[in-house]
Parts: sequence; C-alpha cells; structure tokens
Amino acid sequence: MSAAPLLEVKDLRVEFPTRRGTLVAVDGISFSIAPGEVLGVVGESGAGKSLTGMAIIGLLEPPGRIAAGEIRLEGERIDHLPADRMRRIRGRRIGAIFQDPLTSLNPLYTVGEQLVETILTHLEVGHDEARRRALRLLAEVGIPAPEARIDQYPHQFSGGMRQRVVIALALCAEPRLIVADEPTTALDVSIQAQIITLLKHLAREHGTAVMLITHDMGVIAETADRVAVMYAGRLAELGPVREVLQRPRHPYTVGLMGSIPKLGAVKRHARLVQIDGAMPRLNAIPAGCAFNPRCPQRFARCTAERPEPLQVGDTRTACWLYADGPR
Amino acid sequence: MDPASRPLVRLIGASRDFDVSRPWLNRVLEGAPRRLLRAVDDVSFDVRRGETLALVGESGCGKSTVARLIVGLYALSRGRIEFDGLDLAALETDAAALRRRMQMIFQDPYASLNPRWRVRDIVAEPIRVLRLADNDAAEGARVAELLRQVGLAAEDGEKYPHEFSGGQRQRISIARALCGNPEFLVCDEPTSALDVSVQAQILNLMAELQERLGLTYLFISHNLAVVLHIADRVGVMYLGRVVELAEAAQLFATPRHPYTRMLMDAIPDLEMSGKPRTPVAGEVPNPLAPPAGCAFHPRCPHANARCRTERPQLRPVAGGAAACHAVEEGRL
Repeated sequence: MSAAPLLEVKDLRVEFPTRRGTLVAVDGISFSIAPGEVLGVVGESGAGKSLTGMAIIGLLEPPGRIAAGEIRLEGERIDHLPADRMRRIRGRRIGAIFQDPLTSLNPLYTVGEQLVETILTHLEVGHDEARRRALRLLAEVGIPAPEARIDQYPHQFSGGMRQRVVIALALCAEPRLIVADEPTTALDVSIQAQIITLLKHLAREHGTAVMLITHDMGVIAETADRVAVMYAGRLAELGPVREVLQRPRHPYTVGLMGSIPKLGAVKRHARLVQIDGAMPRLNAIPAGCAFNPRCPQRFARCTAERPEPLQVGDTRTACWLYADGPR
Repeated sequence: MDPASRPLVRLIGASRDFDVSRPWLNRVLEGAPRRLLRAVDDVSFDVRRGETLALVGESGCGKSTVARLIVGLYALSRGRIEFDGLDLAALETDAAALRRRMQMIFQDPYASLNPRWRVRDIVAEPIRVLRLADNDAAEGARVAELLRQVGLAAEDGEKYPHEFSGGQRQRISIARALCGNPEFLVCDEPTSALDVSVQAQILNLMAELQERLGLTYLFISHNLAVVLHIADRVGVMYLGRVVELAEAAQLFATPRHPYTRMLMDAIPDLEMSGKPRTPVAGEVPNPLAPPAGCAFHPRCPHANARCRTERPQLRPVAGGAAACHAVEEGRL
C-alpha cells in the first residue's frame, strides 16, 4: 500500500478469562487501513469480528481484554490507554456506528442537542457554530429539511433516518477512522442501499478510513476496497475485494461464497454449496488450522501446524495449500 | 373441482385489521377516534400442491401476518381461507384434524424451543398431543426417525437445546414440525437468524425434504435472493397487499411492478459487474395512514394522477399478475 496506514493492528489477541480457562476470541490478527479506504471485515457469528472492532475503539467488555499485540492510530499506540484518554480519542478521532440506531441515541434528548453536545465536547467552537455544523451534518447524511428535524426526538425518525443521525453523530468531530459494526443489518434492503452509498461517499470525500464489520458479503462487495475474512478468531484471508470475492483462495472463503444464493444463477432447486458442520466453540478450537475439521482439502499438515497468512498474489491467505512443502 | 388439481391452500380476499386505538378512557376524554391498522388487506392467492410459494417484502408489509392467518394464530377480519377446499373458519370441531396437516417453522430457533426440555420431549410433544404413537417404544422410534430425517443423530434427543448451534436448532424445529406427517409447512423467515453457510444447509435440507415427502411450502422471507433460489412462485407484498405474483424465473427475468424492480435493484451485486445500484428515495409509509390510491405511488418514478387516487387491482400479465396502473396501461 502506498499511503501510510491510518490504523495499524498487529498480532492482536483478545482473551476472556473464565473459571474454566482462558478463551481466545481474537487470535493474532494483523491488518491496516489507509486514509479514505474501506476495509470490510466479514465472518459468521462468533468469528471475532465485532470484538476486533471493540478492541480498537477501546470498548471491550470486561473480563475481555487485549492480551497481546498493538493497535496504532496514525502511528500512536492506542491499546492500553487510560480510560479518560481513550474516551477523548473515541468520538474525536474514531467514530463508531453500531447496528441498532435506537440504542446509540438518547431518547430523552432531541437529535440536535445530541449533535451539539458531541461537537462542543470535541471541538473548540461556540454553541451557534456547533448548531450550524449539526445542521450541515444532517443535510450531508441526507436528512430532508434538517431545520425542521433538528429539534425532533429520535422516536420521531424512521429506522433509516435514525441510522443517518447515528452516522452524523459519528462524523461530528471529523474523525479519521470510523468503525461501523453491522450498520445496515437492522435496515430493510431499500434503506441498506442508501446507507451504503452514504458511507462510501463519506470515506471518499473526507479521506476517512472505514472499518466495516458485517456478515453480509453483498454489503462488502458494494462498499469495501479490501476485505478481511475471519474464522474462529483468526484471519483466513485478506485482500482486494474483487480478488477475494471472485477468486477466493482459502477453502472457507470458497465455501462461504458458494453458500450464498445468487441471483444470476437461476438454476433453481440446485443445491447450494454447503460447508458441513459449524464453527468451533472458543473452548474447542482444533489444533492446527481452525477450519480443518470442515475443510474438504485437508491434509496432514493442517491438523498439526497452524498456518500463518501467506502472500498469494495480492492477498494473504492462512492456508497450507499455498505453502511449499509436502502435501 | 378435481381434488388432485385443486389448490392446497386458497386465500380469498383475506384481511386482518389490528385495533391500535388509544385506551377507552383516552378516546372518551380526548375524543380520539378508533384507529385500525390494516396489516393484511384483501389478499388472494393459491398455493398449489407440491410447490413452494414465497412471500417477500420489507418489514411491516404483512407477510408474517399472512402466515399466521393461515395456520390460525390470528383470526381473519374479512375474507376466507380454504385448506384443501374446506373453509378453515367454519371448521370449529374438525379444526384439529385439519391443523395436523399444516405446521409452522418460526424464525428464531432460540425462542421457539423450550430450553428446559430435552430435545426428544420437544420433538415428541406433538406426537403425544395428537396421540400418534401407541406406546413409548413407538414414540421413541418415531422421534429417532424424525431426528435422522433432518440430519441429526438419534442420540441428540437426550441433549438440551442450548447444546446445539442455531442451524441445528432449526433442524430440531423442522423435525418437530414434521411429526404429524403434515402436507403443508409455513416457514416464517426460517433462515434469517442464521449465518449464510448454515442457511445453505437448511435450504438444502428443506429442498430434500420437499422432494422426499412431497411437501408444499409457504416460504416467508425479506431476502429476494433466497426466495428466488427456493421458490417456484413468488408473491411480492407492500403495505398489506400483494403487488405482484409470478413464477420465480419470470419475476427474476422481467419484474413488472416498480416496487419489485426496486427490490431487485437493491440486492447487492456479488458478481461486482459494476452495475450501478439505484438507491430508491423514501421509506415505507406509516401503515396507519397509507397513501391514497396505489400505496407505492409516493416512491414510484412512474406515478401519475390515476395512481394517486385509484387503487390498482392485481391483474394478470404474462407469466403472473401485477397490481399497477402503469403496467396495465402499457406505460411500463
């Protein structure tokens, strides 16, 4: 990558100590995001994608903790910062968007009050300027007649409009990085398209780096520049989105892509590709490659040795199929 | 009509209103009127024997209410529903016998299984209620057979629901639904709570069971790609009404209703052909105050004066039916 990365995550490990031993929920993840770039992070429930996002914004729920690795924002380490310093970075330099817009908004305050408060907290501006900015933000995220709507309460907005308000809130302090965790999952398809277009536009326009966490490959295909596929807390494959979606290399990505019903293929009632079994629980991750019990191409090395991501063309793939050595 | 060619399920002007008025005292003191939400409004369609008919639409379009009307979880406000030629509402006493022939699978396999029961009891409950087994041995054998049929092991019956993943739980729900050898399964978003790879397993299983047992499905989903994969025919719903009904292949090749076209355009493009996605302005209007005329007209690029005043009826078009003035007039 040419531009210096805005976010750099190196060998991140997130653990949950429990009475029956320590669970490793995120295990040695490394990636970076450049300014203006959208990195998609996909995986099925429990793959560790949301926890990776939470670790970056410093909102891991105890007893979850970052056990190893580094997170750097514009070169500065932000893992293990004291809570008050992290709080200032969150909102100012990192914006967060979550799945359910209702839980991100305070029902007792108008959206204008919430926007103005956030702006005043993070930027050195007066109240009037803050309100002008709030109006401009609402207009930018596509809320019609912002002057009329700024003094309304969240319940007076529809689901799609609420998510736009949440995005406006995340943008308040012109953050360098936005972590969006399933921002379109709670929305209907027609609204989804609107929000995706908006996110993409904002990344381009403001040079904001976006980490887009989702289980929906379709959203990734439309929005992301690069995509990271996670499985059982580990990185399976990372590369340019076109490459990973059209020429997946890791057998898990191949299975995942095949299991999505496709519109073009109107060979109906044809069986979908299915990956048998389910993702292992965190307390029963198999030795070697975490995917090996479900992998159709498994060989001896897969059950013995854990694969590290290997450079294959433009992508990094954690799979022994692409390593030299005995099969 | 010849029983074999008679549709298995037939809805004739089925409607369901929900009373969402303020409480009585408020109405008296504030003079607030009664308010009715028309969740399902004059819906008619047939489900043919052995086919999969899918209903698709965004949240609040009434698709789940239709499912619940058919299995009798809601009562009809107007219209009628026939099962195998018999009016469901008129069958007070024989209802149980008829209901055995249809079963429902729900969206959330975490909420639809009793966490304190063993799986074998969950699956055996309908057998006991419907008195389908003569003794414990027969019941046990039937439970084992059902579990195997959905890809689980007979020994899994000894476990509790929390020991299973989402996909396996949905298999248990299917096993329970298959207990009384039903002919008709109503599936309300059966894969929406599941990850895609697990969704593929369940869709494959449903297709296999349909072939093996000759089942008829009503499949409810908001996901048009899934629906086009599994269904023979598709009904598109918007604000309580069916706006288009067509063969799945036909619907995919030539969607007629502007709303169907919009749904198609909104499906993310996995092939990355660079086809520009046309985001549609606006959202589904408040169902308490639906727009006059065609409910879709405020969002429709083809709406004219007639669309704003006159409600379009579902009329046959090549390969299906659509409720759209523009299609009828040949403007579209």
